[in-house]
Amino acid sequence: MASNKKYWQSVEELKGSSIVETLRNNEFVQDIPTDEFLGDKETLETSSTSRRDFLKYVGFTTAAASLAACEGPVRKSIPYVVQPNDIVVGVADWYATTIADGFDFANVLVKTREGRPIQIMPNKEAGGVTSARTQASVLSLYDEKLRLKEPRKGETQISWADADKEIIAKLNELKDANESVVLLTGTLASPSTEKVIADFITAYPNVKHVVYDAISESAAADAFEAMYGKRALPDYDFSKAEVIASIGADFLGDWQGGYEKSYAEGRRVETGKMSYHVQIESNMSLAGANADKRIVAKPSEQVFALINLYNQVTGSSLPSKATAFDAEVKQLAKDLKKAGSKGVVVTGLNDKNAQLIALAINKALNSEVIDTKAVNLKRQGNDTQVAQLVADVKGGKVKGLITYNVNPLYSLSNAADLAEGIKNLKLSVALSTQDDATANATQYTLPAPHNLESWGDVMAKQGVYSLMQPTIQPLFNTRQVQDVLLKWSGSTVNYYDTLKEFWSTNVLGGASWNQALHDGFFKAENITEEEIAFEATADVNAAAVQLVRKANNASGFELNLYSSTALGDGKQANNPWLQELPDPITRASWDNYLTVSMADAKELGFENPVKDNGAIDGNYANVTVNGVTINKIPVIIQPGQAKGSVGLALGYGRTQGLKSEMQVGINAYPFYQNGNNVQYNVSIEKASGWHKFACMQVQSTLAGRHDILREASLKEVNDKKLDPKHTWNKPFMVSYDHQEVEGSKIDLWDEHDRSLGHHFNLSIDLTSCTGCGACVIACHAENNVPVVGKDEMRVGRDMAWLRIDRYYSSTVEDKQYEAKMTLEEFKAQNPNIANQEIERRYTEKVLELSKGDLFDALENPAENPQVAFQPMMCQHCNHAPCETVCPVAATSHGRQGQNQMAYNRCVGTRYCANNCPYRVRRFNWFNYSENNEFDFNMNNEYGKMVLNPDVVVRSRGVMEKCSMCIQMTQATILKAKKEGRAVNKDEFETACSSACSTGAMVFGDINNSEDTVTALKEDKRAFHVLDYIGTKPNVVYQVKVRNTNEA
Amino acid sequence: MSSHYESSYREPLILGNKSYHDITEDIARPIEGKANKNWYIAFYISLAAMLWGFGCIFYTVGTGIGVWGLSKNIGWAWDITNFVWWVGIGHAGTLISAVLLLFRQKWRMAINRSAEAMTIFAVFQAGLFPIIHMGRPWNGYWVLPIPNQFGSLWVNFNSPLLWDVFAISTYLSVSLVFWWTGLLPDFATIRDRAVKPFQKKIYALLSFGWSGRAKDWQRFEEVSLVLAGLATPLVLSVHTIVSMDFATSINPGWHSTIFPPYFVAGAIFSGFAMVQTLLGIMRKVTNMEAYITRLHVEYMNIVIILTGGIVAVAYATEFFIAWYTGSPYENYTYLSFGAEAGAYGWAFWSLLICNIFTPQLLWIKKIRRSFIWSFIISIVINIGMWFERFDIIAIVLSKGQLPSTWWRFEPTFVDVGIFIGTIGFFFVLFLLYARTFPVIPTAEIKTILKSSGENFKKSREENNEH
Repeated sequence: MASNKKYWQSVEELKGSSIVETLRNNEFVQDIPTDEFLGDKETLETSSTSRRDFLKYVGFTTAAASLAACEGPVRKSIPYVVQPNDIVVGVADWYATTIADGFDFANVLVKTREGRPIQIMPNKEAGGVTSARTQASVLSLYDEKLRLKEPRKGETQISWADADKEIIAKLNELKDANESVVLLTGTLASPSTEKVIADFITAYPNVKHVVYDAISESAAADAFEAMYGKRALPDYDFSKAEVIASIGADFLGDWQGGYEKSYAEGRRVETGKMSYHVQIESNMSLAGANADKRIVAKPSEQVFALINLYNQVTGSSLPSKATAFDAEVKQLAKDLKKAGSKGVVVTGLNDKNAQLIALAINKALNSEVIDTKAVNLKRQGNDTQVAQLVADVKGGKVKGLITYNVNPLYSLSNAADLAEGIKNLKLSVALSTQDDATANATQYTLPAPHNLESWGDVMAKQGVYSLMQPTIQPLFNTRQVQDVLLKWSGSTVNYYDTLKEFWSTNVLGGASWNQALHDGFFKAENITEEEIAFEATADVNAAAVQLVRKANNASGFELNLYSSTALGDGKQANNPWLQELPDPITRASWDNYLTVSMADAKELGFENPVKDNGAIDGNYANVTVNGVTINKIPVIIQPGQAKGSVGLALGYGRTQGLKSEMQVGINAYPFYQNGNNVQYNVSIEKASGWHKFACMQVQSTLAGRHDILREASLKEVNDKKLDPKHTWNKPFMVSYDHQEVEGSKIDLWDEHDRSLGHHFNLSIDLTSCTGCGACVIACHAENNVPVVGKDEMRVGRDMAWLRIDRYYSSTVEDKQYEAKMTLEEFKAQNPNIANQEIERRYTEKVLELSKGDLFDALENPAENPQVAFQPMMCQHCNHAPCETVCPVAATSHGRQGQNQMAYNRCVGTRYCANNCPYRVRRFNWFNYSENNEFDFNMNNEYGKMVLNPDVVVRSRGVMEKCSMCIQMTQATILKAKKEGRAVNKDEFETACSSACSTGAMVFGDINNSEDTVTALKEDKRAFHVLDYIGTKPNVVYQVKVRNTNEA
Repeated sequence: MSSHYESSYREPLILGNKSYHDITEDIARPIEGKANKNWYIAFYISLAAMLWGFGCIFYTVGTGIGVWGLSKNIGWAWDITNFVWWVGIGHAGTLISAVLLLFRQKWRMAINRSAEAMTIFAVFQAGLFPIIHMGRPWNGYWVLPIPNQFGSLWVNFNSPLLWDVFAISTYLSVSLVFWWTGLLPDFATIRDRAVKPFQKKIYALLSFGWSGRAKDWQRFEEVSLVLAGLATPLVLSVHTIVSMDFATSINPGWHSTIFPPYFVAGAIFSGFAMVQTLLGIMRKVTNMEAYITRLHVEYMNIVIILTGGIVAVAYATEFFIAWYTGSPYENYTYLSFGAEAGAYGWAFWSLLICNIFTPQLLWIKKIRRSFIWSFIISIVINIGMWFERFDIIAIVLSKGQLPSTWWRFEPTFVDVGIFIGTIGFFFVLFLLYARTFPVIPTAEIKTILKSSGENFKKSREENNEH
């Protein structure tokens, strides 16, 4: 309905005055005098901007510019426009997948948050074991520095399509000319990939596939082939073993992939039985540190020991030589024979002959520990073929080389030969995740996705299939090797379809693909075992002759190369978590070094002085092996190193593509000639200068404070007549109402009622803990623990919430161990001597140590010490010394037993850290995130993707420490609540306890009588560290038990 | 405080032929006159040190505590060492002004003003450290129990650090009031003598309108007595509480019940040493030789011998008990065989030599009465007492209960810079004080002129007025 109302603004308008009309038509009442100053050029020139005007303009523009510049940085946080079905913001998704980078193989579960993988945990259903490196590989995914991002031709970027076209053309050219091309990969252990490669070779028959392991087990595979007719490694199940004889094999480290899980299963004290483990070795390895008896022997002596052992076990008389420890070997042979099929011998000597003899002993024992049927496929490298390849590339026999995820130009001892040859190749392609030395030397450099971005399958043990699935969209313009090869073979299907197809035909046998993908692994019901016959042709005698000849020629020092716990073969050298992970034995981080025995150090004049800032320094050594000299290798004096031998870790000293902070250590691969970890005739001389080490722990022994880390023998523990509280697990006793009572039973205060709700406890079995360090990295990943770098590590400012203390026994302890009389017995004999006096007399009379020597003797490790590991984190004391001293109550006790730290309340007085007897509190000395001084993962956009959004990143000036993963326990509680049920048995976990593959760490709720930890807390082996203070911790340790009285 | 009879056998406390007017002139001279070159040299050196120290403090606050030499195992070192050292130095002031006042010790009059000034300036320095040693000093006010909007957050009354906050702030305020009260009649004197109007105005303000009526004097005496009574417990409480920073903790070597008396004795010991040092310089620079005499020096040395003896007994007790426990955890406390043989053996011996052996020289009368020897020994004691605190903190923390946590401390240039800065700051304040404040309580010292003045004693002697 039209309105006839009229709106007006003024009476004039209403009246229809002409002025209104004029004004309406004329927007600007007055003319804007633009012409005046713009129209006439002359006036424009003559017009002057006065000084005052000029200053106004300057003032305005400066103000405007600076205001614009003042705008704070905008961080875009983009919400999901369309919510993905499988992602709930704030809720983690777990994917079962498999890690296989050629060196580390593991069935894992990957935790993703909002599409980002942030943590890797073992897939326990699949029997997965995660090492520190596997745990840390999630950070390598986000390595924006080292990862290849775009395909390259030489220096220039190129598209995948162009690269494909050019390479296919060249491949065809080479095929037509029938010139040899080699595909060099690491151990893939992937059945479907092997099929893809086979297809590729069908398409290009001139291609040969060579497998190369940077750290080789080739000799063991050769020996196995000689004996069983198949090139593989035997698998071992140490849980079945009663007697383990290891000659230089660090099977708790990286030897053939590591066996810590089954080893720990064979050493469960609660069953009353433990395997008896004898280690004969030169370097102090993890296996040696955990052994019940450790015999130091140079590599050449290990050879004789191995042959002597064979002779003793089989009663034959192969040529050998006497060693200083023949009696022990004889006894060991006796024990092995007694154990029969429950005995096993392994050797780490990467020599076919030595491996043959070890296999022969196992055969003679009819060992059931060794599995020669379902074999170990984790190391398939073939040194002979690799050596041939290098010669051929150099000699021009090979015209094309395609490498996949190997870095031979770094890890070959004769890398220079290969580097020279590569330049003359007609085609050289490096498919790699990393922008490493090899990727920089080839014509084409093609980026491959990280393990966590890939599809794939793995068969690390014959008959056990695992699946690999992507857990994140590829970060960069990458393509999987399988897809590349399929494409080049002319296939149109992608790898995913190929994989699925391969599995449904060859693996699943009708079972569900989705289920297998969900589980991450598939175990076929009936594996058709290939019949492998023992070939008697393997000539043990000839093997021994050759071995002995070589060992007899050994003169000078003997070098035993090893892979370090942190870096392994060096693939993840750009990973700051791993660089900062202290070696479990030496506790040094950010370095490799020559380990020298105490006796040799004295002779050569090597020292490790402790500096005023608490750090240790070391001399340098120039080392020559078969004409190859490496200068200035830092030296660490290693107790337990065999005299005449030295050790050196591989995997360090990488430079190309690495951040400058990570370019640490010495590349020892030039010494790794023919893939042999033992090199004879090594000469060492002292060089000038001092190396600055970054050791996390400087004091090596317990300095007489034995109640910190209690030890007992299996015999004692099994002896029902012994009361542990009066013998091997003595609690701290106090006088109360004129009676001796346990310190933990009395209290100054009335105890809170802790029976309601949850009460968390963590039990750590010192017997099962091998010191592998997986928990340390798991803790870093879960709790956003910052990396501080070498300089800060050096001055004792690591931020580790969880560390693994390592203690060596001292001379005094060794003497006590061997003494005729214990202190208790001595006390019983001399009841009238006062307590202070009795120990002195005992030391003087029985141990024959003068008082003056006692301090030194207690502080310094024995030459060949026993080793014990003790994971140490916040003990969550029920009577926490830190809580009472904080002036602002920033740290206080939770109702669930946790000692909680409120970061944003902390003012940083550090009193709590000073008053913590366990020294587990860590102070943020600087800002560790977004600080160019600490250019690690928290200082770049990719690295920050690994951060756990459930845990805050701490700012400078506040204290932090282990929270017992409160974010995990809360999540568990909430989950149960949401599902309307009680929390299940053993459902609570912390990052460290779920990462622990040996079951040493058990977490749970002691108010739930069903939880495993409830029983463990009351176990006869349970004790609290420093119980004499009365802190009443919620972390309980189980006495370390050694099977010292033999099988 | 009327004059009383004093035996002529006692040495006079005021030398020379002084009249009341002479005293006023002598004491007002440094304020009214011009400073000499030495004063300026000392002042500029102190100022430079202070500014350097402030620079180091700004650097620390701007970058992080990481610029110090601390580590995960040694969370305190020079910061708290300096804190305790400065607090300890402050102690003599209160003792001299309060306890000696109650005990009617007339000789304190020559030194109490400067000793109190020293106390206040030392507490300023001490108070800096608890603030800057915090990781987040901008949140330092959280240690005060002020009503807040953080929710139900409140301070932790269990924490000795909180007791420190109360102890130090009480100490500072009581000392300041006490000092100022004593200054009122003297400020009035300066006010009345001042010729420049600006000066007059300032001193008029500072003297709070002192008129010199009998009522003023009566109130003055009463307030002095009341304040002395209030301050006396503080002599014991402040360092008792500081010692509890250590004694209530559980570190072997800190966890020690004898700490409170031992720390109080140590504080008085170091405080008197610092008074000796300062007055040794001041009596020369401001020409106060007539008022600060050998007798004063000797008296102070006697207090040093006494408190030094208490400290020595405490050391011996600590050493013995650590050994007697037979506990391996006590093997490395700061007074033990382990410390002697360890990396900090030099610090261990510095402590013993400076604090136990050197003061024994004072048993010799000649040394005790020598200005120069007293000065040297006082400096040695100051160093020794710094080492005592360093040993207690650094050696104990360097040998934690778990051997895996044993570590060492090395100071950085920032640690050193801040310490030097506080010394500079202290002397800047003290030098300004010496130029603007009556350094000897004029009114008070006049009360003993007739009883203890040399000329009066002599005339009494001559007139046989025993």
